[in-house]
Amino acid sequence: MASLKELDTYAENTWCPGCGNFGILTALKRALTQAFDSGLQEKDVVLVSGIGCHAKIVDYVDVNSFYSLHGRVLPPATGIMLANPELTVIGHAGDGDAYGEGIAHLVFAAKRNIDVTLIVHNNRVYGLTTGQFTPTSPEGFKGRSTPAGSPEPPLNPLELMLASGATFVARGYSGKISHLKDLIIKAINHRGFSFIDVLQPCYTFFNTYSYYNELVYEIEEKESRPRDKKQAMELATRWNYQQDNSPIPIGIFFQEQRPTFQDELLKGKGGKKERVWDVDSFVLKMI
Amino acid sequence: MKEFSILIGGKAGDGIKQAGITAAKIFSHLGYHVFLYDDYPSLIRGGHNFCVIRASKDQVRCHENEVDLLLAMNKETIDKHVKSLKPKGVVLYDSSFEEAPDGIGVPFKEIVKELDGLSIMRNTAAIGALARLADIQWNVVEDVLQKSISKMIDLNLSISRKAYQAVKAPVFHVDDLKRPSFPVMTGNEAIALGCVYGGLELYIAYPMTPATSILHFLAGYQRELGLVTIHPENEISAATMALGAAYAGKRTAVGTSGGGFALMTEAVSFSGQAEIPLLFIECQRTGPSTGVPTYTGQADLMFVLHSGHGEFPRVVAAPGDANEALEWASLCLDVAWRCQIPAFLLSDKHLSESLFSVELPLDLPERFEPILWNGEGKYRRYLIAETGISPLAFPGTKECKVKATSYEHDEYGITVEDADAIAKMQEKRLRKKGQISKFFQDIDTIKIYGQDDSDICLVCWGSTKGACIEAAQKIGAKVVQPILLDPFPQKKFQEAIGGAKQIIGIEANATGQLSTLLKCHGIVLDKSVLRYDGRPFTPSTLSRSLEEVI
Repeated sequence: MASLKELDTYAENTWCPGCGNFGILTALKRALTQAFDSGLQEKDVVLVSGIGCHAKIVDYVDVNSFYSLHGRVLPPATGIMLANPELTVIGHAGDGDAYGEGIAHLVFAAKRNIDVTLIVHNNRVYGLTTGQFTPTSPEGFKGRSTPAGSPEPPLNPLELMLASGATFVARGYSGKISHLKDLIIKAINHRGFSFIDVLQPCYTFFNTYSYYNELVYEIEEKESRPRDKKQAMELATRWNYQQDNSPIPIGIFFQEQRPTFQDELLKGKGGKKERVWDVDSFVLKMI
Repeated sequence: MKEFSILIGGKAGDGIKQAGITAAKIFSHLGYHVFLYDDYPSLIRGGHNFCVIRASKDQVRCHENEVDLLLAMNKETIDKHVKSLKPKGVVLYDSSFEEAPDGIGVPFKEIVKELDGLSIMRNTAAIGALARLADIQWNVVEDVLQKSISKMIDLNLSISRKAYQAVKAPVFHVDDLKRPSFPVMTGNEAIALGCVYGGLELYIAYPMTPATSILHFLAGYQRELGLVTIHPENEISAATMALGAAYAGKRTAVGTSGGGFALMTEAVSFSGQAEIPLLFIECQRTGPSTGVPTYTGQADLMFVLHSGHGEFPRVVAAPGDANEALEWASLCLDVAWRCQIPAFLLSDKHLSESLFSVELPLDLPERFEPILWNGEGKYRRYLIAETGISPLAFPGTKECKVKATSYEHDEYGITVEDADAIAKMQEKRLRKKGQISKFFQDIDTIKIYGQDDSDICLVCWGSTKGACIEAAQKIGAKVVQPILLDPFPQKKFQEAIGGAKQIIGIEANATGQLSTLLKCHGIVLDKSVLRYDGRPFTPSTLSRSLEEVI
């Protein structure tokens, strides 16, 4: 078995002590080593990140990576996957990235069913810009840009993903590393758009450890499977990202199979595309 | 006749452009060089559309104001354009109009009705009548219609033939030049084919006039041309998706107009920083903002030259006709990959949507290969090389990790913030300027036309060259047209200007943006002729304006 250490780079880790990102990093590395043991080749993995605390993960894992712009995780991930469908593309985004700046791309990634995994590091606060509310902060959240409390209710990303046509919709918790590792492996193995919203405390600006530890439960323990989309929607809306006392399910909410974007787009092109006409003869035909 | 011009007008939905293209192809079939200008408002039905087709024994790159034949599909066309008719010009119209104007009436509408055609087929009738008026043999019309109509060809031919016969006698005589035809294509088709020649594998674009037809053309021929096209959710997605694809090894281009390009500028800067090759095609239209969507302009030069925050090397080129579009789309794609930079092909509506004869033989440029990693040692994506160019490798390569990033980074691609590393990497990127200049050293980056020893020199860029060359002929001037605008070939430009005493800038913008660029290079123009009403220059309007300033 490949060791976790071999996946490290020489970059100094600059996450705050106690950051939820550590749990996600460990889960990712465990998932990757396990996948390598079952045949995935290291050279074929590409991590894509946005901008924010989460995004440093690409500096900490020694595989191919594309450190993108804020909000732009899924478009390059789509481009990479289309350019070389042999690659396993794993996107990492923050909640600001995925649900704020880049929300259009998220909806379209689900609609198209691109064969990419997206792991959203959802700490429900902007960390790197020092503590503002995000699309998933609870209503009334007192951040530095909303000292009187956020005037907006939070967005429920699972509901959005189910409505947009995502074929793998899951939620994890950075405090449950083994469970998250399993989710990541299942997401990688799923053909189509795999979405995992990972609840992640921000130790410095929004410490939700005790809140999640008390309310999070694994779906597999309590709910029956499989679920249809309606049942998944019901399960996804039991907790709406408010800071109330509703139990918070984690696990796979919904999974289905349908053709992926590249199946449709590259259909009949059989991978290798050969020009039928060269440019000179094409031009001469335009008489 | 040495040359022949036709204006075809009607309302949107009458198939004016299609009729114009067919007419242009008939002249092309007879061995003429053709140019077609398409003038249409931003709507789908109604409104006034017209196109001007100019055919000449010599090369033409623009239309003229005066025409020999006015083909009116509605009354409004006559009212609007009768003043453009030459003294011996003729009006050809659908005689089903309520009042019969002066000219030759042919009952297009009745012919279509009689033969059970669709109302759009009035334009096929018009083509038949037009050909007979110009004394063109029926078999030429038949050949061209066969090639350009895919549906209901027999019906179209009968309608056209009937209208052909309805004209009693020819008024003009257009010779068959008995020489091979030149291919005809729009500037956008030339850009698209130039990209394909340059190895394009993926084209990503969100529709925006006047760039949209590149997407339509490549999407329509993607199988034959061996590429994939994608129409994503917006321009931001298009440009960043393209960066992902290029990172993974695919030659990719994006295309848009000014407004869409505004959204792409974060990807411009990203391409510069992460050294990911990408071709941006920017087809200008009248701005600012939404502006006038279907009319021309050259007001985005400064915007494109300065697009993207931060400092990084780039290439900006503006071809002026279809041959140059073919050549420079390929060069831009190649230089982007050779030097791992963003490259920009700047077009405008007048180049993008006008139809040109392509001069033969095709003189397509030599191809350049990117510099690839040799597989030795540990791969460093941003190796600090003497030339500034770090060899490329793509994800999926054995024993190699490719770490691309928008952050400032070390050679391996890990984020850095220390002063020394930042300065070194910035210098490395800027060193690529030397390689860019080397790439272009043997290429004609500046074109010269007209009377070389003239005291008067017209300076123009992009599609404006067509009108400039002919206006220069009228007044005995010379024309200097820089195609490469960044890095600006200052020395070559100064040599081209030579000893001219009066240098006049001709631009389709309101502030003289090329003049401003030239000033940065120590070249001060004496005068400017600027047009910013969305309409292109024609030789006669331009020479009139020149007479006023000289």
